[in-house]
Amino acid sequence: MSTILIIEQVLNGLQSGVMLFLMAAGLTLIFGVMGLINLAHGSLYMVGAFAAAAVAGATGSFLLALLGALVAAAVAGVLVEMLVIRRLYAADHLDQVLATFALILIFSEGTRLIFGSFPLYLDIPDWLSGPVTLPGGIQYPLYRLALIGAGLAVALTLWALIERTRIGIQIRAGENDREMIAALGVDISRLYTLIFALGAALAGLAGALVGAIQSVQVGMGEPVLILAFVTIVIGGIGSIKGAFVGALLVGLTQTLGSVFLPAFFRLFLDPATAMSVGSSLANMAVYILMSLVLIFRPTGLMGARA
Amino acid sequence: MKKLLMTTALLALASTAQAEVKVGMITTLSGGGAGLGIDVRDGFLLALAQSGRDDIELVVEDDQQKPDIAVQLADKMIQSDRVDVMTGIIFSNLAMAVIPAAVNQGVVYLSPNAGPSQLAGRGCHPNYFNVAWQNDNLHEAAGAYANTAGYANSFILAPNYPAGQDALTGYKRMYEGALAGEIYTQLGQTDYAAEIAQIRASGADSVFFFLPGGMGISFLKQYADSGVDIPVVGPAFSFDQGILQAVGEAALGVVNTSQWSKDIDIPVNAAFVESFQAEYGRLPSLYASQGFDTANLLISALEKADPSDNAAFRAALREADFDSTRGEFRFGPNQHPIQTIYAREVIREGDVFTNRIIGVALEDHADAYAAECQMD
Repeated sequence: MSTILIIEQVLNGLQSGVMLFLMAAGLTLIFGVMGLINLAHGSLYMVGAFAAAAVAGATGSFLLALLGALVAAAVAGVLVEMLVIRRLYAADHLDQVLATFALILIFSEGTRLIFGSFPLYLDIPDWLSGPVTLPGGIQYPLYRLALIGAGLAVALTLWALIERTRIGIQIRAGENDREMIAALGVDISRLYTLIFALGAALAGLAGALVGAIQSVQVGMGEPVLILAFVTIVIGGIGSIKGAFVGALLVGLTQTLGSVFLPAFFRLFLDPATAMSVGSSLANMAVYILMSLVLIFRPTGLMGARA
Repeated sequence: MKKLLMTTALLALASTAQAEVKVGMITTLSGGGAGLGIDVRDGFLLALAQSGRDDIELVVEDDQQKPDIAVQLADKMIQSDRVDVMTGIIFSNLAMAVIPAAVNQGVVYLSPNAGPSQLAGRGCHPNYFNVAWQNDNLHEAAGAYANTAGYANSFILAPNYPAGQDALTGYKRMYEGALAGEIYTQLGQTDYAAEIAQIRASGADSVFFFLPGGMGISFLKQYADSGVDIPVVGPAFSFDQGILQAVGEAALGVVNTSQWSKDIDIPVNAAFVESFQAEYGRLPSLYASQGFDTANLLISALEKADPSDNAAFRAALREADFDSTRGEFRFGPNQHPIQTIYAREVIREGDVFTNRIIGVALEDHADAYAAECQMD
């Protein structure tokens, strides 16, 4: 196992971590501020990817496609919040899960009605395609470097928004005490819609960015949704910083686990057994990490409350 | 009132008399695997329409790619719809949940896609026919192709589930070279950066992968962008007409193995491709050809025997007396196909990505489990 391979895998882990962060950030904000479990967050990711594929197909521009994804997912988010979610804030979590699960089915079949059952085409733009050579002779795809950069930029912006702006103060206050900030005259329902739109736009952006190197198809959001939930549980529900740390941990654990666990078992098992034990354990690694975090810090790494 | 009842009863009788054969199709029409089920269904419907027979009643239901739902639908079809023949299931895990029970209740099952090894070997049954392939076949063909292409150091990968393990076993059964690496990925995995880095570092001279559906799209796009230029070979499942357009240029030149291709140069296939395109406005995939062949096999048997005479009907099916879109087609002793499997290459025709045959990978190939099958 060479150093080059290890560095490359660490980069891969970082890249999948920052993309996971875009999903997890919205999820954790919505849960932290509104107390809502939104299973349909993965559908917004899918909406972003489909919108990007449609815009890229029509205009040929990747940047317009990203913009289209942001707008489409935000609009979908606002509609969902105003038509469905708004009625569920007072309801218990089971009702929220049921309603947002129904939204997943509606989004999936609706997308199929509009775009058909076959995956769509969305590709990396020419100016970001192909590998670049990093110091040390590592060949690494430029697009994945760009994803890391974009993810970090979004994380910084989000941090500035929440720590340095008036809206951010309201969001933080909303997390701590919903009734109180409503009593102080903040238009709480507008704030909720805004947060929902922000979370949706981030999910849509992630869908579009990742869609260029993956398959844009109905149901693409659900596997990511599960990982995003694991991420926010590890990071501490409601905490953006926690979501960031959790996302990087999950990304790195998953990538490095799938490479190094089989290699590790090969040291003392025959190759076939090592492969199957290693891969099975790698699939579980993220959940083992989550259990460990929950044992030692039941509220997550940065969580304030259970 | 009495008269009315009589008339209704007569009408009911008349309608059952008209629909002599009832066929139940359980297939995947929603969710991520819907494209496959839709193609099988459309191919099947096209063949029924072209036969001009109006005595075949087809009941189509969506299994949502969930075994429990498929089992419920099968129970309903067998017990309340009283179907004579069943078909349609795409995925092997659903096939294993439905088929053994169905054939034991006297229903004839014609598989248009799934071909799990269990049903080809010890679990074979006189009422079960596979019209597509045994699951290992296309992978075996890929292994055989790798030998003729002179590959001696393959890196192989597949998802960690039964069909994925069968795929690597199938490849290794025919492939004679060494292995540079063997990886099981997660089922439903979307990011292959870690695997591609290992391929790059492995010193392989070829890559074999079985990643059906969206997994294959993701892998090929990322592989093309990684700058690794080791040749890739795989079964047709990641290169069928439905998903090639989503992969785009990343798939150009990749060799894949299939029992069917739209350029198999025989009249029945040319007519099939043309009429499918005219009817549905898209090119057919191998799944569509399998649906079409399944319906034509059924029709050929119905012309000789009635399903109510189970033995005669099965004998008629075994003859496989129909013009298959893939050319030569016959059943082996376990009622699975013996057929030629081709190596194809992905090309661009105008602005559409499609496949072209570049050679024969395995001629008159039967599956490896036939010897274990004891029909009686």
